[in-house]
Amino acid sequence: MPVVMDADRMARTLARIAHEILERNRGIEELALVGIRTRGVPLAKRLAAGIHEINAAEVPTGALDITLYRDDLMRHAVAAQPLVRRTEIPFSIDDRRILLVDDVLYTGRTIRAALDALIEFGRPKAIQLVVLVDRGHRELPIKADYVGKNLPTSLSQSVHVHLKEIDGHDEVEIRES
Amino acid sequence: MKKDLLGIGDLTRDEIYLVLETAEAMREIGQRPIKKVPTLRGKTIVNLFYEPSTRTRTSFEIAEKRLSADTLNVPVAASSVLKGETLADTALNIEAMAPDMIVLRHASSGAGHLLSRICRSRIINAGDGMHEHPTQALLDAFTIREHKGRIDGLKIAIVGDLLHSRVLRSNVLLLSTLGADVWACGPGTLVPPGLERFGVHVSTSVDDTVGDADVIMMLRIQQERMDGAFVPSLREYFNTFGMTAARVARAKPDVIIMHPGPMNRGVEIASDVADGPYSVILEQVANGVAVRMAVLYLLAGEAEAD
Repeated sequence: MPVVMDADRMARTLARIAHEILERNRGIEELALVGIRTRGVPLAKRLAAGIHEINAAEVPTGALDITLYRDDLMRHAVAAQPLVRRTEIPFSIDDRRILLVDDVLYTGRTIRAALDALIEFGRPKAIQLVVLVDRGHRELPIKADYVGKNLPTSLSQSVHVHLKEIDGHDEVEIRES
Repeated sequence: MKKDLLGIGDLTRDEIYLVLETAEAMREIGQRPIKKVPTLRGKTIVNLFYEPSTRTRTSFEIAEKRLSADTLNVPVAASSVLKGETLADTALNIEAMAPDMIVLRHASSGAGHLLSRICRSRIINAGDGMHEHPTQALLDAFTIREHKGRIDGLKIAIVGDLLHSRVLRSNVLLLSTLGADVWACGPGTLVPPGLERFGVHVSTSVDDTVGDADVIMMLRIQQERMDGAFVPSLREYFNTFGMTAARVARAKPDVIIMHPGPMNRGVEIASDVADGPYSVILEQVANGVAVRMAVLYLLAGEAEAD
């Protein structure tokens, strides 16, 4: 089970992305971060803290649950319905630049669902995508704007992101399944 | 989840919590500018209501629409039921048009069980006679949990017409599964025999029942189901069992007052109590939509094999 990113590396990666976000977006008061549940949410909060450290700006942060927008609901032969959790976007997304944050970009289907979900809340000026890991194998025409690490993988592998807030430690590993 | 939701007994303790937690997420959808998610797109849900209902039918229909299901109300009063068609035949005819779910309200206890045996569609019991009303109990539990943070260990006083109440039966099953201390009080003529066997403290004293209660749940006097002299007069009923401010004062200072509706003001509950600061009656109605969305969503998945 090779570890491809340790805690130190993850902290640097997120700090680098925070800088890139500020470099590419003038007018920080327009920005907002929206994390996709589960692990996009703590990542969005860390990016907000990272941006605050650089220029003392407060970027509002929300959480998006995409379960009700999934394209595979009720298509599986025998499965209970996936757990729905709460979406919390305590600000208007109208005319903001939204930074959508997730841990792993894979088929792109989660992001497709997230775009549908997000647009129900208003009309943002732009949506940009931030991912900690891009593992390839896209099934939809979706591309990230900020990538922590490009990770070439085979379909038989799985990528696991562990975060302190949820799993007790920071690490990204690849497993053979 | 099982195929149908006919009574609280169809749910395990974990599934009850799953419904309540899913309802938390569903509630947020009702606060959005666009109150709709695409989840049940292409699913057809038939609301088959054989008894008058404003709250429950509206609540189900709003829940179905917020999940993007195609919904259809069968107005029984204007249908072939009047021409003598039986419930089973009506159900089989509706079933032939392949709906995914049927929400049934019927005056006969066990009507949902009949449909469950003959229909492939999921059946949701929206009240069957004097038997059960499971989504009402779920929304009551949701409302209690929202105010108290828990259900376990709470003293819950249920007062009113216990005999005819499906709300009582569903609530007793649900609340005792979740560990509440359930008390019930009503006139001797309106207490169903054997209620104690469900672990309920049955009392004829309102004062004892509401004393130190965390929750007071009022039940309607169901005059339409009474074919005998169960109470001497509505005025006397109010004097003996009606919920007044003086009686509420015996409960805990943070008590909440609930009523499944429709209320008979001045019969089981005084108007100043119904509209007073402890009342959460309209919150129950609001929460009903979120809870029914949760039930519809969870039942739309694959059923576990029986």
